[in-house]
Amino acid sequence: MEQSEFAKLYRALQRGNISRRQFLLATGLGAASAVLAACAPGAAAPTAKPTAAPTAAPSVAPTIAADWTPPAGVNLGKELYVTTWPNYHDPKTLERFTQLTGVKVNLTIFGSNEEMLAKLLVGNTGWDVLVPTNYTFETYGSKKIIEPLDLAKLPHLDPSRYDQRLLSPAHYPAGSGPLHGFNKDWGTTGYVINTKHVKKPMATWKDFFDLARTDYSGKVTIHDYQLTSIGNALVYHGFSFNSVKADELAKAEKLLIEVKKHLFAITSDYQPPMKNEDAWIAMGWTNDAAQLHKGNTDIQYVIGSDGGEIWSDFYTVVAGSKNREAAYAFLDYMATPSVAVKDADFHGAPLVDSAMIALQSAETKNNKITYPDATSMTKLEFGTAELLTNQDRAELWARFKSA
Amino acid sequence: MTATASGRHGESRQWRRRAATALFLAPSSAWYFLLLVVPLGILLVFSFGERAPEGGYAAGLTIDNYLRLPTRSTAFVNTLTLAGAGTILCVLVGYPLAYYLATRAGARKTLLLVLVIVPFWTSFLIRTYAWLTILGNTGIPSLVEALGFEKPVFLNTPPAVMIGIVYNYLPLMVFPLYVSLERLDKRLLEASKDLGAGRWRTFAQVTLPLTLPGVLSGIILVFIPIMGEYLIPALLGGGKVFFVGNALVDTFLQSRNWPFGSAMAVGLILFVLVAVALYLRVGTRGRVEREVSLV
Repeated sequence: MEQSEFAKLYRALQRGNISRRQFLLATGLGAASAVLAACAPGAAAPTAKPTAAPTAAPSVAPTIAADWTPPAGVNLGKELYVTTWPNYHDPKTLERFTQLTGVKVNLTIFGSNEEMLAKLLVGNTGWDVLVPTNYTFETYGSKKIIEPLDLAKLPHLDPSRYDQRLLSPAHYPAGSGPLHGFNKDWGTTGYVINTKHVKKPMATWKDFFDLARTDYSGKVTIHDYQLTSIGNALVYHGFSFNSVKADELAKAEKLLIEVKKHLFAITSDYQPPMKNEDAWIAMGWTNDAAQLHKGNTDIQYVIGSDGGEIWSDFYTVVAGSKNREAAYAFLDYMATPSVAVKDADFHGAPLVDSAMIALQSAETKNNKITYPDATSMTKLEFGTAELLTNQDRAELWARFKSA
Repeated sequence: MTATASGRHGESRQWRRRAATALFLAPSSAWYFLLLVVPLGILLVFSFGERAPEGGYAAGLTIDNYLRLPTRSTAFVNTLTLAGAGTILCVLVGYPLAYYLATRAGARKTLLLVLVIVPFWTSFLIRTYAWLTILGNTGIPSLVEALGFEKPVFLNTPPAVMIGIVYNYLPLMVFPLYVSLERLDKRLLEASKDLGAGRWRTFAQVTLPLTLPGVLSGIILVFIPIMGEYLIPALLGGGKVFFVGNALVDTFLQSRNWPFGSAMAVGLILFVLVAVALYLRVGTRGRVEREVSLV
């Protein structure tokens, strides 16, 4: 499928003009399968040869495994403010950037894109780099909250190596617009279970919400995030993860409120309770699941066979950034395959750049949490642009929290 | 010196005094005006507005936001219950401590007073985080289990929030209590005993009534900030033990409904004002009666 054709479909999906089923049918099984086909061991692995640089980028064409060096003759300043997610960056990656450039990286951690948006709408955040999710680009692009990338400042980024389906949301206006970001990684929203305590088989969101109210009452956490918590409650009832229909949302709300008193917590930072076994089951993302599994192999990851979310997060530059040069240096650093691969060893989410995937160890590529089988993801959906600003879901979430 | 001259003299002196007063009050007036009155005005205006499509504020004139306040009644009831209970617990824990400090501590008094303040040397956030570990699965619950009991759950329950509240606000209660106990005229206690009252009677009829102003101000110092508490329920309540402060954060950040959030904030302010006014009225009336009876 042509990139533009895909982008058109994606845009139609975002706007709700076509259903996710039509979208998945038209595009194949969803974006993830393509990535998987590319990186599955034994499959036609992408060869790690540098492709011709796009016209906008300088023709540096560094070898793929080469290390990153700071741009010469550019004053990068002393500080950089990056707004991102919990447990998402290897502290060593950030320290090394500071060693190489003298720029200190300050992280601000959020639990939802909605909270980020709330601050960004007020403006004057002082943030330089933002790591938003695929469904935010429509709003961030149209509000000029993030800037079109200056590719000349990103010699290590080669968008042609990226899976174009996963990269497509970063084009604003959708389809042909300039790139406003590039994928940090992608992943799914499923749940982690500690098999030392959880003996019942769990495979779906129906299992999740039913067992949360019975066998594992008091031991389950859900995200403090409307997109995923409402979305998965919708999936429980067999509705779309992205539904905004009033009657379907009402059913999801009823389920969430019934489950609430049985939950251990409503939090997007669920690694601590999973680690000390306060919680046995937690709604979670690929990267957290991979990290938790690394520390305790009893912890397994379940992708709902009845549905859920597939997502991708992007590196973007906030419009009006006061440390713009440092922001671009940081993005270029993270676009460097050898750097990103080391970082991914820590965060555990799957990558998008074929050169990066080629550099990853066989162990990582065979890790079923990081790179799950395509068949396990057939029902997953990307969040739609509408959900970021939808008032009904936002209000539902605030109402549920204070119920 | 004629009357007119002295009058003019007095006027100019008075004028100068007024100017000096205004000058010295200017910083605090400006501070309060810019950071209290103006934001309150904005809050009030916003509370009658409408939510903009992506969130935020759009001009409007509606009382819908106030009419929707009952949908957050759980948060208000929760806040009032836990703030009330937390304040009472602070008195129950703080009074004996202050009593000991003021009357029995002797040479160790200064050291102990410093120890009461020591927690303030580290950040409120870090101190509350520490309780996450203590109350979490590997903390006290494990200890209880090791002693042969069933493993309890503390974290993310109302008692955990209560522990956090008492721990963090206790010093604010202890100090006014300590001051009032310290100032207590010890001869009155001797007189009470001379007149045949026992320890408990002396405490109930002399010590407690005379230190009640300290209790009153301690309660106000503790109750008002707890009503606006956000951090302790957020960390130790796991998003389940919910205060109005947490509901406000969600309304502003997650649903970006500034007008409704503003109405909630105004509601909370009125709620606290009414509670404190009622409390002061009852509190002061009691005191006047006692003063009369003492005479």
